[in-house]
Amino acid sequence: MKSKWWIIGLSIALLLAVLSPLASKFPDGLDRFAEDHNFVDKAGGPAFTVIPDYAFPGIDNEAAATIIAGLLGTIVLFGLVFGLASMLKSKHEA
Amino acid sequence: MHIPDGFLSAPVAVATGAVAVAAIAVAVKATNKKMGEKQVPMMGVLAAFIFAAQMLNFPVAGGTSGHFVGAALAAILLGPWATVLIMSSVLVVQSLIFQDGGLLALGANITNMGIVAGFSSYYIYKGIGALFKHSKAGTLVGAGTGAWFSVVLASLACAAELSISGTSPWALTIAAMGGVHMLIGVGEGLITVAVLSLIMATRADLLKLQVA
Repeated sequence: MKSKWWIIGLSIALLLAVLSPLASKFPDGLDRFAEDHNFVDKAGGPAFTVIPDYAFPGIDNEAAATIIAGLLGTIVLFGLVFGLASMLKSKHEA
Repeated sequence: MHIPDGFLSAPVAVATGAVAVAAIAVAVKATNKKMGEKQVPMMGVLAAFIFAAQMLNFPVAGGTSGHFVGAALAAILLGPWATVLIMSSVLVVQSLIFQDGGLLALGANITNMGIVAGFSSYYIYKGIGALFKHSKAGTLVGAGTGAWFSVVLASLACAAELSISGTSPWALTIAAMGGVHMLIGVGEGLITVAVLSLIMATRADLLKLQVA
């Protein structure tokens, strides 16, 4: 295999995370529906928060907080699912 | 389309939770046999890409946005059972770390965006592909159509869960959720076709990694 295709794929994902501050701030389809029909208040606040609203806590610059949160989540998911898939692979090889 | 806590009744949360747990258990058994050297990084890259792409909401109509779901892309590349594992991982991380989607609604979100979206797009993609005798154009038409339906059907599943929970009446949820997601689904179709076209042009061998 000449080029590590998956490094290119992961780089594209990380690039998208860097672009995440450009995302539309409008509510999504479900949130908008809940707002329009007055049941948005039914949404309970989370029991605990880690990185709420895709903004890394303690960073004043909104775009920077979003980018750091996005990069972190992208790396966590790559590692988690790569690891999970590796376990599944070794399960049938064992 | 991430349902927060508070929108679903306890029976709906428990029932969808049971569906999600059962599907994940089957997915683990179904995918491990064909999980190989190339599938492992593809699983990781897809999870990373789907998470990042989901952050990029795009505006649709009248002050509403939508975002890529990604189940169709995963199902086309790796198959529907692998998709259940990828989407469940994304949704668990979004709920636990980013407080996007409620913890008690996790089963419903996995059911909608993982199971309903993954399986519907996969079979529509397969069906249309066969109709076009698996030509390149047929593959892309199937992918785009499957992706559109994945979002619309997932939104209808979400609407049904809200109505069964008594949060909002049936006629309203079906029309409103289905309507706006018919627009959002166009974005899903375009992104899915663009990514597949890129893979086809550069590494067509990666289209043959289906595990289950």
